[in-house]
Formats: sequence, structure tokens, C-alpha cells
Amino acid sequence: MTNSIDPEQAGVGLKAAHTCEILETKPPIGWFEVHPENFMGDGGPPHAYLSKIRQDYPLSLHGVGLSIGGSEPLSIDHLDRFKVLIDRYQPALVSEHLAWSSHRAAFFNDLLAVPYTEETLDLVCDHMDQVQNHFKCRVLLENPSTYVAFENSTFDEVTYITEIAKRTGCGLLLDVNNVYISCSNHQTDAIGYIDRFPVHAVEQIHLAGHDESIDPENGRLLIDSHDRPVIDRVWDLYGHTLARTRAIPTLIEWDNNIPPWPDLLAEATHANAIMSNTLNASKSPHVSPHVSPHVA
Amino acid sequence: MYRPMCRPMWRETQHQFAAALRDPGAAVPTDISAPYGFGVYRNNVAVGLIDALADTFPVVHALVGKDFFSAMARIYSRLFLPSSPVLLNYGADFPDFIATQEETRATPYLADVARLEWAWNRAYHAADIAPITIDELAAVPRQAVENTGFQFHPSTALLTSPWPIVSIWQAHQESDPERLLGKLPEHGQAAMIVRPQLNVLVRALDPVAYDFVRALSEGERLGQASALVLDKGSLGLSGHLGALFETGAIIGLTK
Repeated sequence: MTNSIDPEQAGVGLKAAHTCEILETKPPIGWFEVHPENFMGDGGPPHAYLSKIRQDYPLSLHGVGLSIGGSEPLSIDHLDRFKVLIDRYQPALVSEHLAWSSHRAAFFNDLLAVPYTEETLDLVCDHMDQVQNHFKCRVLLENPSTYVAFENSTFDEVTYITEIAKRTGCGLLLDVNNVYISCSNHQTDAIGYIDRFPVHAVEQIHLAGHDESIDPENGRLLIDSHDRPVIDRVWDLYGHTLARTRAIPTLIEWDNNIPPWPDLLAEATHANAIMSNTLNASKSPHVSPHVSPHVA
Repeated sequence: MYRPMCRPMWRETQHQFAAALRDPGAAVPTDISAPYGFGVYRNNVAVGLIDALADTFPVVHALVGKDFFSAMARIYSRLFLPSSPVLLNYGADFPDFIATQEETRATPYLADVARLEWAWNRAYHAADIAPITIDELAAVPRQAVENTGFQFHPSTALLTSPWPIVSIWQAHQESDPERLLGKLPEHGQAAMIVRPQLNVLVRALDPVAYDFVRALSEGERLGQASALVLDKGSLGLSGHLGALFETGAIIGLTK
């Protein structure tokens, strides 16, 4: 049972519809990610199959329910349930979202936006400290896809996330599709976002497909739907990201309109190709930014 | 650590945000730009919870169709948001909610089918415990048998309905439910749901077997419960016990 992820081999989100085929064919894929909330029952097929998957592949636990950006205290029950899964499955990576999903004992089942202020920065940092202490491991925080902005925000998102990483020592999960979506929705520059992002703290990358809707006032509105292939412009942004970094474990998320397994595997294979091309290119003297142009 | 006392702005904004998510008529919080974008969150919350209920109640969904199910689930999820992020626990009250809806009067079996599906869902996620065989009962000394009680698998559920809920449910496990739905029994059914291994079993019990198993599951000793099957039908006590152990629902004996 291996516990470490080869950063040059992409993974995918594990879906129930693919599990039997994966166990039968043992496909060449780097690793799998699951939402721990789907494995918080006492037993049954979810645990039986995940245990088998875990024997053959490294795993990432990607929480969607801690509500780290919420104004209320974190749920100790939920932290405990999550920790039980960390102990049981020994994941290589553990992550959560810069978002909120619960308020006054109600769970909204969505990753909702947080204003970027001094007040919420203190709150999110306290929550991340609590999560990392509770889990006794480093936890990665993911940049959100957002559809609204708060007029009282005093930080831009990159500065805010940089500060969280600096203060808490947490790692970051850079969702390149979310960058593309949020920058498009808020009419900011996605390349500039990536160029300013604190990539030294990034330990995982997400890629996914998104939906496109129309906002009557602002034009195009992109929605993080995870229901189709990654678009070329997001692949390009991924390549741009890798040109700034080392090899980083990359994961394809596809949660709705789930495709046949070979189609999902092909997305991961495509990510591997971009990774290896980009890393090779940055080693090559012809295009390396580290080689002085005066040499020629 | 010194921290200046600031008014907790975020708590107030978050409260407005949450209220506006639940109520499509409520105003979008004033310090949010892009009110159209707020609609994406409203839609995500509604659709996500409708989908979660459709996953847990697939036969109810098939019986009433997508539009009717979505309308019902939309009202339910607006009234009763999940109380935790563990959505596999969401929908316990959905069967009772279905029973109170004016629009489900034409399908009076719907709430009981939903109860069966909820029991299936609980069984699916219940703890894993290996069943025992009837040999363990056979090994109990003769004088102790009457006073023996049965421990049931945590996945076990028993329910009864004036409608043929097991046959309706089973028809929807087939590729062509309509063929079987045309041949439903004309009487009600009792159901036993249990998951001794990986597969959830859904069995119809006749009324005598139901009373017997129910009594044992409520803690009655074998001596008391056996009175419920004596002189009723041809199966006899050993037949009823054999059928019960064969489901895998028994995980231990109490003395």
C-alpha cells in the first residue's frame, strides 16, 4: 500500500460508477480523491470499495463540509468524523475549501463566497489552525470559484490566500479551473492571478470542466459544474502554472454527467502530457527563463 | 493576544446571505455585487439538495417523474435543510413529508415506498457485522432455548404497509418496471430490509413472519415469540427460524 503520490502522474476524483471497473482493470492512474463526507456512514459498500482502492492507489481526502469561512465555530463532530477517515485511510493529501457551507445548524451543500476582510482573515486563519491541530497533519486550502464579490472586501483573493498560508503554514490547493472561472466572472486577469499566486505553498492542483451562462448585466457567467472535459484555455492556464513551478500532483474533477471511465482516464493522461512537456521545456536551455540571453 | 473589538460584520452578512439562499423572494445582501451571480448559489443549493434526495429515493423519483419529484424535493429542502454535511443522513423526514402533501393523494403508496427506500439507505451505510448461523442456536442447551433472545444486525429494518411496497420496489430494480407493475398483489405487504454482507436484501414477509420477527427484534425471548407462529400456517417454528437466519439478520444470541 503506497502512501506517496508521484507528482507527475495525475489522479481523478473517484466515482462509484467507475469503482468496479477500476478494481478489475487496475488502470495506470496516479491516485484518487474522494469527498470524505460520502464515507461518513458506519460501514457498507462505500468503505468496502474504498478500502480496496486504497490498497492499490494513494488517496486524497477533499472535504466539502467544514465551512472554514463561516462566522460560527467549526463543528467538532465533523472534525472528529473527518479525523476518523484520515486515521483509517492514511491519505497522502488532505484539503478543504476557502468557503462556507453551514450556518446556524443548516448545511447548504454549496461552497459559498467569503468577503476578504481583516475580520474574516483572522477567522479563517483560526479555523485553519484548529483544523490542522485536530487532524495533526498539513491541510491544503483551495481557492474558490465565486459568482459574487463583497463590496467590503479589502484584500484581493491572491493576497488574502497568501496571508493565510503565511500565518497558518497550511498548504494550498490551486484549482486552475476556479481561477479561470472567478477571473472571468469578476473581469480580472487569470494569468496575473497565477503569476502572483504563492506557488511555493501549492501542493496540489485541480482541473475541471465548467458551464457557461449569461449574466444580463455583465455578459458571460461561468459556473463550476464539473460535468464536462477541461477546456483548452484552462489547459493552457495549467501549462502556464507549471512553467512557474515544479511537478505538482494534479487531479481531474468530474462529478456530474459522469463519463465512461476511459474518457476520464484520457483527461488525466492529457494532464500528464502537459506536465511532462512543460517540465522538459523548462529544463531545455532554449526556453529556460533561467538562462541568460547574453550567452547566445 | 490583543485584538481590537470590531463589530462582527461577517456574521451579519452571512446571516443575510443564508436567509436569501433559503428564500428566493428575499433581497440579496446589500454589500454583494452581481445579484445575478447570487442566483447561481441559490440554484446550486436547490439543485444539489434535490439531487441528493433523488439519489436516496430513486424509486419514488421513478414513480412520480422528474418534474413532480423536483417540485416536492424543492419544497422539502427549503423547509428542512440538512443538519450536517453528511448527506447520506439527509431525508429521514422526507417520507412523512410526502404523506402530508395534497398532491400525493392520487399515489397513497408513495410515502411507504419512500420509507422502504430510507430503510434501504440506512442499511446500505450501517456498520459491518458478520451474521451467525442457525447452528449457534442449535448449540444452545435445550433448557435455555426458551429464554434465548436474538441480536439483530444494525442494518435491519421492518416495516408494514397497506400497499404492496416490496413488489413496487422490486419492479423498479428490473429493466422494465411497467411489466411487473401491472401484476402487483392486491394486498399490503410487510418488508424486512437487512444487509448482512455487501448487498441490501429487501424481503416481503407474510403477516405471521412479520409479527414473529418484529417481536424478536423488540427483545422478546424465543419462548414468548414462538407463540406467534404456533398453529399459524404450515411453516412452523423451525421454518420461521430457518428463514430468519437465512436472511443473515441475526448477529448474536442473548441468554
